[in-house]
Parts: sequence; structure tokens; C-alpha cells
Amino acid sequence: MRRAFLAILRRDLTLAARAGGGGELALVFFLTLVVLVPFALGPDLNLLSRIGPAILWLGALLSVLIGLDRLFQADEEDGSLELMRASPLPLEAAVLAKGLAHWLTTGLPLALATPLLGLLVALPVEGVLPLVATLAVGTPALSFIGAAGAAVAASLRRGGLIVPVLVAPLTIPVLIFGVSAANAALGGTVPFRTPFLILAGLSLASVTVGTLAAAAALRSAE
Amino acid sequence: MNPISFPHLRLFAENLTCRRGGRLIFEGVSLSLASGEAVSLTGRNGAGKSSLIAMLCGRLRPEAGRIGVEGADEAELTELCHLVGHRDGLKTALTAQENLGFAQAVLGQPAATPVEALAAVGLAHAATLPVGYLSAGQRRRVALARLLVAARPFWLLDEPMSALDTASQAMLTGLMRDHLAQGGAILAATHGPLGLNEARELRIGP
Repeated sequence: MRRAFLAILRRDLTLAARAGGGGELALVFFLTLVVLVPFALGPDLNLLSRIGPAILWLGALLSVLIGLDRLFQADEEDGSLELMRASPLPLEAAVLAKGLAHWLTTGLPLALATPLLGLLVALPVEGVLPLVATLAVGTPALSFIGAAGAAVAASLRRGGLIVPVLVAPLTIPVLIFGVSAANAALGGTVPFRTPFLILAGLSLASVTVGTLAAAAALRSAE
Repeated sequence: MNPISFPHLRLFAENLTCRRGGRLIFEGVSLSLASGEAVSLTGRNGAGKSSLIAMLCGRLRPEAGRIGVEGADEAELTELCHLVGHRDGLKTALTAQENLGFAQAVLGQPAATPVEALAAVGLAHAATLPVGYLSAGQRRRVALARLLVAARPFWLLDEPMSALDTASQAMLTGLMRDHLAQGGAILAATHGPLGLNEARELRIGP
């Protein structure tokens, strides 16, 4: 069981490293978006630093969603998903391994790239570490809410379009508490802890519910 | 390779009806497949050969009828079946050896090592090549090598001979003979001969 779990995790990490794809695309998209925003807003540093956390969070959210529809569809098309269905490993564990690999190759690099991109939106120094923390804690929720949508899309022939429509509304609470925690670290009446703990709770709940939902969607036979 | 011996099992299906997208594909199909037996599944294109195989491995729910296995304790049917279908189940960016190693870890019940399995299908030289560089027939052989890395009694093969050259077809016939001798069973959807004299024929449709 553990061997199968690790095999799926290792395979997805190897594929991401060797074939490129989702993770790198997300990082480049994130970079492009954040670099372009200051040009669109003009050279108002106060405005930029006020909305900086929101821009970075929005950029990260859209970057994670991009390419998410391929999470299970690629495996469905080449038949690898049949192997996982035939495995003694429960599908839930297979989904957990794939979601974890997705986060390690997409969400985590985005969080780690944030300090650099924070400079471009004039993010104050004391806000950098809290923002990295909120992204590191919040992006697993995006990966796993997205996994549930991707699993529904995998069983449909042309379901690519349905993923963002299905997933985006569910990510709103994550976005709200992610941004408010990052803003709270920059001052204000609410302490950083309060929205941050709610964000962590949302993330844990999403990992659990997303895994179960995705496995149920993949299991439903015709 | 360690010699494998499977316990006596019987896979059975009674009066299966298949309907896909509202269209009746077949009805009243019954099947019995015991250890050491081979069945070649024939029928015109679209008769439902692949659908029947999908039903047996639990991928498709029959509209009516029953599927079960005699002699297995607790093991689910999906964990007794070894499917090689139209889709090879291979990642083109991984090497043949990595693909087989993954299949072995996921399927469980390890038998031959990936290197031994590749040698058995005549692809020892391609073990470290990405599957994307291999030809259609070679990919098919890598997929068939998956049958050897995990020991499962029921082989469900969907057109296993497609894309294989004459020598590889003979190689596959040899692998199937060995599997039957170990007490395994084979159901193969096919248009051509399997090369197994003892194979019964089950024809779906007219």
C-alpha cells in the first residue's frame, strides 16, 4: 500500500521534472501576471503596496487553476488511471498522492517565488514572510478543491471547460482568508493569527473533502 | 523468475446485458473462465468485446446479469484481473523500466522484475529508453510485459496481437501458454488466431 502511494507520488514528481507541464506553466503565468500589474496600475507605490497581497494571492490562485484540468485527464487518456483503479490501494490514497504531487510542483514553488515578486508590488518587508506562510498553507486547498473538479472532468470527454467554472467559486473562502491574513500582518485591528488559523482550517477541510470527492468521481462507473 | 502457481478459481458471468448511451450493445452473454482455460472473444467491430472486458474488471456496470468469482477469499475481482487494453497505460516521458516499476508497485503481488519482464518480451535493450521513442509494436510489448511484473490469475486482453509482428505474436503465444500452465486463465478479444489450440471461442452478436 505504502509502496503504491510512494510510486504514484514519485512518478508524478518525475513526470513534472522531466516533461515540464503544469508546474512550470503556473510559475511563468504567475510571474507574467505579477510583472504586468504594476504597468497597468501606474507608478503609485502606495496603491501597489496596499493591494500587493491581493494581487499576489489572485495571481497564485489563477496559476494553480491553470492546467489543473489535466491532473486526471492525462492519466485517463493513456490508460494509467485503469492501473490505479485495479490497484489494491484505495483510490482515495491515489488521489491524495496525485494532489500532493500537484501541490509540491505548483503551489509550493509559487509560495517560494513570492518574496521575489513581492518586490515588484512594493510589498513592505514585514509583510513578506506572512504572505509566504499564507500561500504555503492556503495553496493545498486550491490543489485539492481543484482535484475534485479535475476528477469530474476526467470522466467527461470534453470536460476541460467545466473545471474553472466548477472550482473557482469554491476557492473564494480560501482567497478571502488568505488575503485578509496577509493584510493583517501589515497592520490593522485583526491579529494575524485569526484569519491565518481559519485559512489553515479551510485547507485541512479541503484536502479531506476534495480527496473523497475526487475518488468518488473517478470511481463512478458508467 | 520464481515459478508461480495460482489457486483454482472460476470467473463467471451470467446473462449480461450491456447498454451504452441508451443503445443496446448485447444481451444474454454468459461466460465461464476457470483456471487453466483460455477463451477467445470474437465478434464484429462494435459488438461489445471491449465493453464485456470493461464489465469483468468492474469498470462498467452491467445493466442486467451477474459477475462473480468462485474460490477467491476476500480478494476482489478487480484485484484478480490483469487488463491490457487499447490504451497502453504507459507514460511516454518515463523509460520502459520505470513504467513497469510503477505498474508493479501499483498493482502489487510482484512477480518478475521489470528487467526480467522486458527480457521476456525481447526488449532488454530498450529498458532505459523513454517509451516515447519506441514504436507502436514495441510499446505494445512493454504493456504486455506488465502482465509479468505482477502475478494476477485472470488476464483480460483487448486485441493483444494488434501492432505486433509475427515473431512477437509467437512470443505472446508462448507467454500465454506459460500463464495457463501456472494455473492462470486468459480472456482475449481478438480478430486473428491466438495460437492456442485449447482456446474456446465465445462469439458476441451475429
